[in-house]
Amino acid sequence: MSDVPWLSILLAVPALGALALVLMPRGFARAREFALGVSLLTLVLAVLAALQFTVGSGGELQLTEVYSWIPQFGVSFALGVDGIALSMILLSVILVPVCLVAAWNDVPADGTRRLQGYVAWMLLLEAMMIGVFAATDVFLFYVFFEAMLVPVYFLIGQYGGPDRARAATKFLLYSLLGGLIMLVAVIALYAEGPGGTDGFLLANLTGLEIGGVTEKLLFLGFFIAFAIKAPMFPVHTWLPHAATEARPATAVLLVGVLDKVGTFGMLRFCLQMFPEASRWATPVVLVLAVVSIIYGALLAIGQKDMMRLIAFTSISHFGFIVMGIFAMTTVSQTGSTLYMVNHGFTTAALFLVAGMLVARRGSRLIADYGGWQRVTPLIAGTLLLSGLSALSLPGLNAFVSEFMVIVGTFQRYPVFAIVGATGVILAALYILLWYQKIATGPKPEEVAARTHDMSVREKFVIAPLIAAFLVLGFYPKPVLDLLEPAVTTTLQHVGVTDPAPTISAEGSEG
Amino acid sequence: MNLTAYIYLATLLFAIGALVVLLRRNTIIVFMGVELMLNACNLALITFARMHGSLDGQVYVLFVMVVAAAEVVVGLAIIMSIYRARRSASVDDANLLKL
Amino acid sequence: MSVLETSVGLALADPSAVRAVEATGTSALAWLLIALPLLGAALLLIGGRATDSFGPLLATLLSWGSFVVGALIVLQLSGLAEDERAMSVPLWDWVTAGDLSVHAGLLIDPLSMAFVLLITFVGSLIHVYSLGYMEHDPDKRRFFAYLNLFVAAMLILVLADSYLLLFVGWEGVGLASYLLIGFWNHNPAYASAANKAFVVNRIGDFALIIAMAYMLATFGGLDFATVHGSAGSASTTILTIIGLLLLLGACGKSAQFPLQSWLGDAMAGPTPVSALIHAATMVTAGVYLVVRSQAIFDLTPEARLAVAVVGAITLLYGAIVGCAKDDIKKALAASTMSQIGYMMLAAGLGPIGYAFAIFHLITHGFFKAGMFLGAGSVMHGMADRVDMRRFGGLSGMMKITWLTFMAGWLAILGVPPFAGFWSKDKIIESAFVDQGNGAWQAWVFGLVALIGAGITAFYMSRLFFMTFHGKARWEDDVDPHESPLTMTVPMIVLAVGSVALGFILSWRGTFASWLEPVTGHVEHHEPVLSVPVIMGLTLVLVIIGGAIAWLRYGRDEVPVVAPVGSFATRAARQDLFQDEFNENFLRRPGASLVAGLEVADDDVIDGGLVGGTSRGLAGVADVVRRAQNGFVRTYALTMLAGIVAILGAVWVIQ
Repeated sequence: MSDVPWLSILLAVPALGALALVLMPRGFARAREFALGVSLLTLVLAVLAALQFTVGSGGELQLTEVYSWIPQFGVSFALGVDGIALSMILLSVILVPVCLVAAWNDVPADGTRRLQGYVAWMLLLEAMMIGVFAATDVFLFYVFFEAMLVPVYFLIGQYGGPDRARAATKFLLYSLLGGLIMLVAVIALYAEGPGGTDGFLLANLTGLEIGGVTEKLLFLGFFIAFAIKAPMFPVHTWLPHAATEARPATAVLLVGVLDKVGTFGMLRFCLQMFPEASRWATPVVLVLAVVSIIYGALLAIGQKDMMRLIAFTSISHFGFIVMGIFAMTTVSQTGSTLYMVNHGFTTAALFLVAGMLVARRGSRLIADYGGWQRVTPLIAGTLLLSGLSALSLPGLNAFVSEFMVIVGTFQRYPVFAIVGATGVILAALYILLWYQKIATGPKPEEVAARTHDMSVREKFVIAPLIAAFLVLGFYPKPVLDLLEPAVTTTLQHVGVTDPAPTISAEGSEG
Repeated sequence: MNLTAYIYLATLLFAIGALVVLLRRNTIIVFMGVELMLNACNLALITFARMHGSLDGQVYVLFVMVVAAAEVVVGLAIIMSIYRARRSASVDDANLLKL
Repeated sequence: MSVLETSVGLALADPSAVRAVEATGTSALAWLLIALPLLGAALLLIGGRATDSFGPLLATLLSWGSFVVGALIVLQLSGLAEDERAMSVPLWDWVTAGDLSVHAGLLIDPLSMAFVLLITFVGSLIHVYSLGYMEHDPDKRRFFAYLNLFVAAMLILVLADSYLLLFVGWEGVGLASYLLIGFWNHNPAYASAANKAFVVNRIGDFALIIAMAYMLATFGGLDFATVHGSAGSASTTILTIIGLLLLLGACGKSAQFPLQSWLGDAMAGPTPVSALIHAATMVTAGVYLVVRSQAIFDLTPEARLAVAVVGAITLLYGAIVGCAKDDIKKALAASTMSQIGYMMLAAGLGPIGYAFAIFHLITHGFFKAGMFLGAGSVMHGMADRVDMRRFGGLSGMMKITWLTFMAGWLAILGVPPFAGFWSKDKIIESAFVDQGNGAWQAWVFGLVALIGAGITAFYMSRLFFMTFHGKARWEDDVDPHESPLTMTVPMIVLAVGSVALGFILSWRGTFASWLEPVTGHVEHHEPVLSVPVIMGLTLVLVIIGGAIAWLRYGRDEVPVVAPVGSFATRAARQDLFQDEFNENFLRRPGASLVAGLEVADDDVIDGGLVGGTSRGLAGVADVVRRAQNGFVRTYALTMLAGIVAILGAVWVIQ
């Protein structure tokens, strides 16, 4: 079984599914069912692939495949995963079917190709997401990184809300800007490396010890791209716009998975390839991360549009993730990577529940609601539960990771950790004020009469997410075991060790 | 006879051709200016071939002539269709390629 | 470190978490304590309307089941030798990564089991009471689900064997409290009260998180065994910081100064909730935290002093506020704050006070819960009115409520031999003890506690007389009647506790010796005043306070509309302007900051930085595109000029 090219298969299935959908005759009636089938097949395959992954064997890449692609430029088609990449792939393949079910009635089956296109783009996006997390060739990573923009551009630009064109363009321009800066760095990196027919392989580019200004510039090239993708303050403004105009399902994939490419890239590329520059940039990055946490949270408090609100909460959460990554302790980085998984589920639930509200009331404005706990008790309940996950209530998923980020960061940078931790208080404000405005207050009788609570389809959407909240909240160990070795390897590459508890340090002195 | 004279002639012809292209408005005339420049180049090529005693230049000239013939066919077709569409052969009237 | 502190530290046994051995017998089933109510909450919430008919009853039974398990464990524990009364119940590996390794597990020792009994017993009684109180509420099932959730979370809090698991319960009870305060959130004010409670608590929780971060960085672990076991080798500065952070966390949960503002508003919840969560159990979690962390507080007199100061301030604050409230529940809430102030003060006194803090906590749990249930019973009979100025003369209409309330009233006053006398007097005596850090401390804390007792007597008597005595001042549409049995029986049980519990638990020092394995054995210290003098003074003050209240509110006519009153009265009525302070110094600046940032994000970052770039590019494009004029001959000229320029450049270079 071990020589089965699992990752290539994982990549091919949704891509071929998308192609098949496009080739189907116009108005193919079962497009949604077909796409759901493909995504579920991908999920099954991904689980099978994950079973091939040995957790105990350290942080090295597994399920690797290397094929020569453009030997003249040193480009290979190389795939492989460590624990972090695998968990991100699993997150993607779980969220895509959920989103497909959530998006069931987004586009009417009107006999045109519109519906086919919608689900085909989603499947193609899934393939790209798998590719970007699995690529172990820097050039291949770049290709997926940029190619990913295409499905998202069309998902927003063709199927989004009224201001979709502007939002899609803004998203594309931002991402392209980052991407192009990164391309320069990619090429320059190749020039610094050993070259040859497989000179873009990640393995050949780590541990180069480039040093000096070159390394810093290369670091910046990659980091800017990732900071835009992750969105960090101050290059975040595309996200609220894009998330507002996109369909909830698209927003889930955009914020829940796609943006993780940014933080994933920081871990995989910035830290591993440019350890010296990473240490050099740490103070500034940490400041930006803490600013993101507080800035995102403060803005979330003030939002009137709930999709924008969710987008700003994500900016705050990404601040935590970046802070944990650059604090460079095992606890903080494991926390960050776990946060990446948790945030995927939490944001998915927030967007999808908000989407259910919008589908019923026809407005994204928070002020148009009130008293919905008595209109749609189930939806209000799940909104609260998702919100509690977002404010990292212990017992739900996000808490473990947020706590790990804070205490892990504290081990090395107490001040940043304390300032960042105030985000915990602000999170309570933005979630609870939102819930208060949506769900509490007198029951709006005239709305209640024509509004129905959660349908069976919607229950299927939300159930797996809530299950993930609870499982990851109470028993995160399997995921942590998956993540920690990869984090340890990363930290070895950077060449930092965890600060020891002061007590044992004192003990050894005296 | 000194071969340099041919170079001067080629230069002169090229300059005349260039001026025609720049100054005339009628598309057909502009087109002839282009042909004149091409032929000036041909002349220069042949001269240099003679100077260096190699055939390379003459081979190029043959290529240029073939391409020029093809170009004339396409170019005249375009001019014809523009004239039919706008009843004018002035280059300044065909200014759609701007904002 | 002074000699005295060292001796105090040595007097203590090992923290029970360090001594704990793996549980056997009934104790190994301790997880059932939490699992039963948790199961109830899950069933009722997920089961939905299908469980409407039997849900409340099921929840009540599960809560009693939890009590039975707790009682059995206590039975087993009391059969063991004193220093063996500490057992751990490992559950599962929870968070492990790098230095952070937390195994979820339970710690069973006299302290946690004392809480377990309080929580499950009072909790179960209140479940029964709620069967009657909430009978006609359409959302009854949801209410019981939340109650069960609360019981489970509170048990996690007291049974946890690590700070992280404690924090799960800590925020879990916060969530249950949020849900229950906002239970009738169709009233916007109630929804705001729920938010306020959660957010203020979050400030305390933030401090707890940072405290845990300090612990991890200092001790390399978060379980009680590691932290308490090696507290002795950490520097005093760090211990003081950790202690102060724990105190701030405790202030949030226990409504202590300066995080006290949420408790009064929390009375928006149904009255059984106020009795259980906001009087008997959850709000005392802060005291539990301090006592549980005694290994840290013992070593840092500064932090302990801070605890005592906070307790002293709050006990006066609550007492003063309680004097002016006309809303029966808010008056009781102020009293709760004040009583928890007493417990905090006791906990801040160190080893001599820990046991009394817990003792008072237990007796207070009974008599205050009893009084809240009594208040609920009064509201039940008075069509949900809460304004005491509209009560009066109810003693004849509601005999049982009146008598049970009287038991609680006498208990909180500290009249011998009622429960409060045994616990509160001990705290006052301990406050007068000079522990070698200056006699002024003993005098200040002692006098504050003494004066607090007098004020308590005044405002509780005021409450009692306004409600049950004097002339009836009812509005026309109310028809006072006694409550059903489901409600009166729990009140009677709690009243029995208010009467007798103090005596029973003090009999030959039962309770103190029960707690001794945790709080340590302390030699008797002599207060700066002799004990009989303190007792006498307390009684005199209590009688004076009660007498003034009788003259003004029992004998005299109570106006139905509150008189404007002096500045002091108005200030107390408005909670000493706490909300005004928060509004002006926190909420408004915060709101302006948010609004400002919103504008800044749109105008400066999106509009200025990003929009500026795109506008700049557009401007450049606008200029450059003029060159694209559509004249072929211009292009040709440009081309020629370009070629000439290039050739010229080549020529120059060569």
